[in-house]
Amino acid sequence: MIRRLLVLLAIAAMAACGGNGGIPQATVTVFAASSLKPAFDKIGARLLTTTNIVPTLSYAGTQTLLSQLTQGAPADVFASADVAHMTTAQNAGLLSGQSRIFAHNKLEIAVARGNPKGIRSLADLSRPGLVVVLADPSVPAGKYAAQALKNAGVAVHPASLEQQVTGVLSKIALGEADAGIVYVSDIVTSGQVDGVTIPDAQNVIGDYPIAILSSTQNRAEAETFMNLVLSADGQAILKAAGFEGA
Amino acid sequence: MIRARIPPAIGILAGVGLLLFLLPLAGLIVRAPWNQALGELTDPTTTTALGLSLFCSLTATAIAMVLGIPIAIVLARTHGTLRNLLRALTTLPMVLPPVVGGVALLLAFGRRGIAGSVLYQVFGLQIPFTTAAAVMAETFVAMPFLVIAVEAGLRSLDHRYEETARALGANQWTVLARVTLPLLRPAIFSGAVLCWARALGEFGATITFAGNFPGRTQTVPIAVYLALETNPDAAITLSLILLVVSLAILVGMRDRWLGAL
Amino acid sequence: MAGRPVTLEASVRVQHEGFALDAELTVAAGETVAVLGPNGAGKTTLLRALAGLVPMSGRVTLDGEVLDDSAGQVHVPTERRHIGLVFQDHVLFPHLTVLENVAFGLRAQRRRDAGAVARRWLDDAGLGDRASALPRALSGGQAQRVALLRALATEPRLLLLDEPLSSLDVSVRAEVRRELSRQLATFTGVRILVTHDPLEAIALADRLVVLEGGAIVQSGTPDEVTARPRSRFVADLAGVNLLRGQAHGDHIVLSGGASVAAVDAGDGEVFAVVHPRAVALYRTRPDGTPRNVWRGRADSIDLHGERVRVRVKGPVPLVAEVTRAAVRELGLGAGAEVWVVVKATEVSVYPA
Repeated sequence: MIRRLLVLLAIAAMAACGGNGGIPQATVTVFAASSLKPAFDKIGARLLTTTNIVPTLSYAGTQTLLSQLTQGAPADVFASADVAHMTTAQNAGLLSGQSRIFAHNKLEIAVARGNPKGIRSLADLSRPGLVVVLADPSVPAGKYAAQALKNAGVAVHPASLEQQVTGVLSKIALGEADAGIVYVSDIVTSGQVDGVTIPDAQNVIGDYPIAILSSTQNRAEAETFMNLVLSADGQAILKAAGFEGA
Repeated sequence: MIRARIPPAIGILAGVGLLLFLLPLAGLIVRAPWNQALGELTDPTTTTALGLSLFCSLTATAIAMVLGIPIAIVLARTHGTLRNLLRALTTLPMVLPPVVGGVALLLAFGRRGIAGSVLYQVFGLQIPFTTAAAVMAETFVAMPFLVIAVEAGLRSLDHRYEETARALGANQWTVLARVTLPLLRPAIFSGAVLCWARALGEFGATITFAGNFPGRTQTVPIAVYLALETNPDAAITLSLILLVVSLAILVGMRDRWLGAL
Repeated sequence: MAGRPVTLEASVRVQHEGFALDAELTVAAGETVAVLGPNGAGKTTLLRALAGLVPMSGRVTLDGEVLDDSAGQVHVPTERRHIGLVFQDHVLFPHLTVLENVAFGLRAQRRRDAGAVARRWLDDAGLGDRASALPRALSGGQAQRVALLRALATEPRLLLLDEPLSSLDVSVRAEVRRELSRQLATFTGVRILVTHDPLEAIALADRLVVLEGGAIVQSGTPDEVTARPRSRFVADLAGVNLLRGQAHGDHIVLSGGASVAAVDAGDGEVFAVVHPRAVALYRTRPDGTPRNVWRGRADSIDLHGERVRVRVKGPVPLVAEVTRAAVRELGLGAGAEVWVVVKATEVSVYPA
C-alpha cells in the first residue's frame, strides 16, 4: 500500500517537472487597461508563437490595476489607459525606467445595433427618457467622457457609472442601456454594438503609456513584450483594433 | 465561561480559526484613520450611501416578510417531492454567487428579460439602474434567510394549538393572526434580523442588476469597493461603520433567538 | 342551547399509514361515553375524526346536522362544528392570559361580553384569582382545569376529551377528576372521553366503549363490560381470567385442545371467565369433586398486599389468587410444578 503510494508520488513529481524536458518556462505578467483586451490578446498570441515566452494578461479598469499594484500585486508590465495613472505609479516608485506612449484612443458613442433610438451626436444623449451609461470618473474612459461632454456643453444624467469601460459596452450589448461613451477601439472590436462618431472638436484623445514595473522578476521578457507592442507588428495589431498609433 | 475541558488539539485548531476571524477585524480597527474618521463620516458620499443602504435594506426586509412568511407557511404545509423542490428553489439564492444572481435578475427583469420586456414594452417601466432594482437584488439574496427561519419555527410549533383554536371556532385567518403568528414571533424576528444584515451587505447582485449611481443605487458595499481605489480612507471608514452595525446586530440577538434557526 | 337534548350518530372509517379504524357510535345528550383501549387502538384517531381534524369516510351527524358524509361529500370544517376539545396536556395558548384563553372561543363567536363570561366561568371554578396569569405560571392541575373551562365556555354541543387526566400527577388527578365530574354533570351536550386508564373510564363514564385494533370489541355500562369481558384487554382491566373456545353442553374445548368443564355452557363459540379467587393450586394431584384439574408451571408471582397472584402456564393458562401463607406453605416459586383446580360452577360462560 505504501509502496504503491510512493510510486504514484514519484510519477506525479516527474510529470510536474517534466513537460518540456526540464527547460524552465519564460513568462511575463501584464496588467493592462480593459480597453486593450482585444489588441493585447492578439499581441500575446503573437508573443507565444514567435518566442518561447508565455504571457499572462490581466485586464481591469486602470484605477483597479493601479490599486492592485500599489497593494503589491506581482506583475512585470503595466499598460495604462491614461498618463495620469502612470504618473501616479511613477511617483509611487512602482516603475523601472520611463514609460512610453504606445497608442492613442478617441471616444465614440456606443448604441444598440441599428441605432434604434436615432442618436446622432453627444447632444442627443441628454434626451429625456434615454438610458445612458458612462464609465465612472475614476476610470480614464469616464474622465475623458466627462471632458468630451463638457466640450460639447451637454449635461447627461447617467443611469449607472461602470467600473470599467467594457462594462458600459456590455450594458448596451445586453440591451439594458440605450447609449454610452466608450473608446473607438471598443466599438471596432465589439461587433455587438454600433458607433456614432464624435467630432474631433468635442472629442478627447487618450494617451496609452506602457512601462516595466520595478518589482519585475522577468526583465528580459518584459522588455521583449514592450518592444513587441511598440514594433510594427504590434502597432499594426493596435491599429486594426481601432487605436491610433504611437 | 468554559465549562468542560477542551482537548489541546481542539483548542489549537479553534484558536487558529478564531484568528482568521479576528485578524481582519483587528486590521480594520487598527488601520482606521481615526483622525479623519469624523470628516469621512459627514462626507456627503458617505451619508448618501448610508442612507440609501438603510432604506434599501429595510425595504427589502419588509418585502421579505410580506412574501417570505407565506412561503414559509406553504413550505411547512406541503410534503414530499413538491416540498423539496420548492425549498430548493427558495434557498437557491443563498448558495448562488451574488453576481450570478444579478445576471439572472437582468435576464428576468431587464429590458430584454422574460418579464422585464413585457413591463418595458407595455408599461414603459424599466427596472435596472433604479433604487427599486437595488431593493429587488437585496430581497432576492436575503429573503431565503427569513424563509428558512420561519419554516423551522413553524415545523417546531405544536400543531395542536391551531387545532384547539379551530375547535374553539376560529376561522383560518383568526388562527393565523391570533395563534400562529404570535407564536412564531421569535422565529420571524431572528429571520428578519439575519435577512436585514444580509441585505445590508449585498454587493454582487446589486452592482450587476442595479448598477452604480450615488444616491440612487450606490449602497455602502459598492461605495466601499469604489472608494478603495480612489479614497482608501473613506473606504476603511465606511467598512468600519458597516462592521459596527453588523456587530451590534449579532450581539443584540440573544442565543435563544438564534436558536430558532 | 342549554336543556335541548343532542344526539351524536357516527360511523367512522379512517385509513392512515397502515392503520385502519372502523367504528360506529351513538351517544345521547347528557351521556358520557368513555372510549377505552390500549395504546394504538385508534381512540385518538376516532376523536380527531369526530372533531373534523382527520379525513374520514362514513357519516357523522350531531343534533340532526350532518357533519360528515363521504357519500354526499359533506364535510363541515372543524371551526363550524361548535365542539369543545380538551387535550391531555392542556395546550393553553402560551402567549395569552388565562382569561384570554378561556375567552378565545367566545371572541371567535364575536361575543361582546366574552371577557365577562370568561371571568364568570373562572370564578365559578375558583380560578378567578389566576385570570391575568400566563399559562406557564399555572400548576398542571390548574392548567388542565382552565383548558376544560375554555372548551366549555363556548357551550359546545359535543365535548371531546383526549385523555384529560393522564399527564397529571397522581396526586392531582383525583382533584381534577372531581372537577371534571362536576362540570360534566351540568353539561348538556354529548361527551366523549378517550382514555387508556380504566379507573378514569369507570369513574367518569356512563357507558364504556372498548376499542382495540381499530374496531369496537365491546360496549356497555362499566359493570356490563367488566362482567363479561370480550377481550384480553378488558379481562385484564376486570382482573379476571378469560378463555375462549367451542362449547359442547357441559364442557368447552379451547383452541389448544384442552377441555374445560362448565355448567350450561350451551353450544357454539363462547367466552369463559374464571375469577382468580376461584382458582386453587396444589403441589400434588388432588382427589376430589372438581373436574377441572390441570397440570401447570408457576410462571410469575406478584404480591398484592396479603393476596398473591400466581400466573400459571399450562394447557389452560390461568392466574390464581391465593394467600401469602399458602404460597409459603406450598413452597411455591417461579418454575414450580403445580396442579390447577377450578370448580365447573365457577366457570362463567357467555356467547362470543
